[in-house]
Amino acid sequence: MFHWLEKHPFFFAVGVFLVISFAGLVEILPNFAQQSRPVIGTAPYSTLELAGRHVYIANSCNACHSQLIRPFKSETDRYGHYSLSGEYAYDRPFLWGSKRTGPDLMRVGNYRTTDWHENHMKDPAGVVPGSIMPAYRWMFTNAADIDTAFAEQLTIAEFFSVPYNKPIPMKDGSTKIVKMGGSVAEANALALAEAKLIAADMKDQDVKDAVANGEIPEIVAIIAYLNSLK
Amino acid sequence: MENRPLEYDYTVAKMFMLTTIILGIVGMLVGVILAFQLAFPELNLVLGEGLAEYTNFSRLRPLHTDAVIFGFTLSGIFATWYYVGQRVLKVSMAESKLLMFLGKLHFWLYLVVVVSVVVSLLAGVTTSKEYAEFEWPIDIAVVVVWVIFGMGMFGLIGIRREKSLYISIWYYIATFLGIAMLYLFNNMEIPTIMGTAADGTSGIGAWYHSVSMYAGTNDALVQWWYGHNAVAFGFTVPIVAMIYYFLPKESGQAIYSYKLSLLSFWGLMFVYLWAGGHHLLYSTVPDWMQTMASIFSIILILPSWGSAINMLLTMKGEWQQVAASPLIKFMVLGSTFYMFSTLEGPIQAIKSVNAIAHFTDWIVGHVHDGTLGWVGFMIMAALYHMAPRVFKREIYSKSLMAAQFWIQTVGVTLYFTSMWIAGITQGMMWRAHDEFGNLAYSFIDTVTVLHPYYAIRGVGGLLYLVGFLMFAYNIYKTMSARPVEESELQNASPMGA
Repeated sequence: MFHWLEKHPFFFAVGVFLVISFAGLVEILPNFAQQSRPVIGTAPYSTLELAGRHVYIANSCNACHSQLIRPFKSETDRYGHYSLSGEYAYDRPFLWGSKRTGPDLMRVGNYRTTDWHENHMKDPAGVVPGSIMPAYRWMFTNAADIDTAFAEQLTIAEFFSVPYNKPIPMKDGSTKIVKMGGSVAEANALALAEAKLIAADMKDQDVKDAVANGEIPEIVAIIAYLNSLK
Repeated sequence: MENRPLEYDYTVAKMFMLTTIILGIVGMLVGVILAFQLAFPELNLVLGEGLAEYTNFSRLRPLHTDAVIFGFTLSGIFATWYYVGQRVLKVSMAESKLLMFLGKLHFWLYLVVVVSVVVSLLAGVTTSKEYAEFEWPIDIAVVVVWVIFGMGMFGLIGIRREKSLYISIWYYIATFLGIAMLYLFNNMEIPTIMGTAADGTSGIGAWYHSVSMYAGTNDALVQWWYGHNAVAFGFTVPIVAMIYYFLPKESGQAIYSYKLSLLSFWGLMFVYLWAGGHHLLYSTVPDWMQTMASIFSIILILPSWGSAINMLLTMKGEWQQVAASPLIKFMVLGSTFYMFSTLEGPIQAIKSVNAIAHFTDWIVGHVHDGTLGWVGFMIMAALYHMAPRVFKREIYSKSLMAAQFWIQTVGVTLYFTSMWIAGITQGMMWRAHDEFGNLAYSFIDTVTVLHPYYAIRGVGGLLYLVGFLMFAYNIYKTMSARPVEESELQNASPMGA
């Protein structure tokens, strides 16, 4: 059979394709639907948080920071409850990372504050002596891209039925609604309202002035995102 | 005329040889910069505060991985395909205007994609998925380039004179199919300009931005099915294609066992794809998948070692060639690193070992003993074998080649040994508890302890880069310095022609 295949390239290629596609079908398909169900208490990202997530991705924060807590005592002691599949239901893309040059950030919102992030992004070694993390000072001046975040919200609401403007069950039995604007202007207004709450806890005068003038620097967006990680 | 060997046309092979070398230098240089940035963080500001955004570790990191995978390695795969393909199929590219056109189109479109990737990654336009960072416009261009490559490949196979496909061709076909399947499924994404607001506005925001079709755990599963098998079909399958051609040619020895090559090929095709889940052990992926991935990773030793042993036994009775020829040295040490790396990988895929190794520098070390020791050595050996035949000139300096071999071998060794120590040290410190059951170390303790190993790794990487520059210089001098031979050098061995 192999000799015959080696003289018939088309059937050879078909044979190779069948053999290599087998594993993907068996491994990926069976649990596909089940794995994408959110757990109670998991809500989609707000416009500002999503813009912050884009800043996180643009700077490849995931190259050094994981967002996956494994079920070991040493990890739950350090980072909090181990990760559950449904907590990632609104993560497109997933940001588990593959290397922990810095610590895990899955629940960083539980133990770091706006103030801490502001100082740390400006001068990491000043906050954590010995840190090898570079500073991200340009985030204090670059403007966050709210429009693209809004476009992504619209896309995922339309194609994947992500529940914006709908009640989402919380752990304490209450419900929460994550608002999405009906227009670009409304989306920007929602993001700005959220940005003002973050900026109120910050010290950098330029950032405060920018937000007061209706602009949203990247640092505000990424802090909103990091604070949402719980 | 009938008894003369065919004159092959190496125009496209030469073009890809050039990008192999240039992108190799770029990718490895960025790698060395990254390595030293981890040891000496001030280097993040190497071009000053104003350009910090573009010289920062996190921006450069995907540029390094993509430049060495899709720049250096892929160019090397294409260069060898446009050389080996013609020779084992016994047909010249010059015989078909269409194939020649496709080959050149392949090259120029590839170059366009490379440039757009560099620009987009530096600008921070990325999907974040490792080795699949490109946004949808580039993804479409990649698919076009790949289809042209495949058309050229099957076109050449279609007009072949040698009816039976040589082992290398099996592996090239598998490379084409494997990457096509993986790339398509992993990059399923929806451009966000498709979203429409309630007031009817559409086309909002950045036109190039997209969102993944998969969420969370599913996204991770598909990504690592891709990521692991991009290693399979980029760093293993095509490199095995190369060694099956170049080692017998260079040594004049016939392949040790045809049956072993059959077993290894079909074994590798079947087993490799299952192992991707070993990147997700102890994650939220279902346990049965993790266990499957772990088991298949162990089984993967068989076909991997099958190929490597087949290569080493091809040298049976001719081991003096290893001492005499630096080119044979590259290939034999390459096969040895392949065995080493394909044993190390499965060990790391055992769940209890993975608990320590995952997220640490041990993984980085593993990747680099495979890529520097196996992929890099094999591609350089292939180009060294091709250069005299393609440029019709003797290799400029064999002693330079020998010096390069030893410098790079020391470089690789420093690299993986330092990363082993760093990885296991960090893995053990993360999990250490004191007598009261509290964590023994804060996270920063586990970072500062790595400084000496990061410095050693930087030196190892630098040595490898120096060796690569020696390689580039040697090829450049071969291209330009020596007098042209009348016709292509013919192989003196029984395997010749």
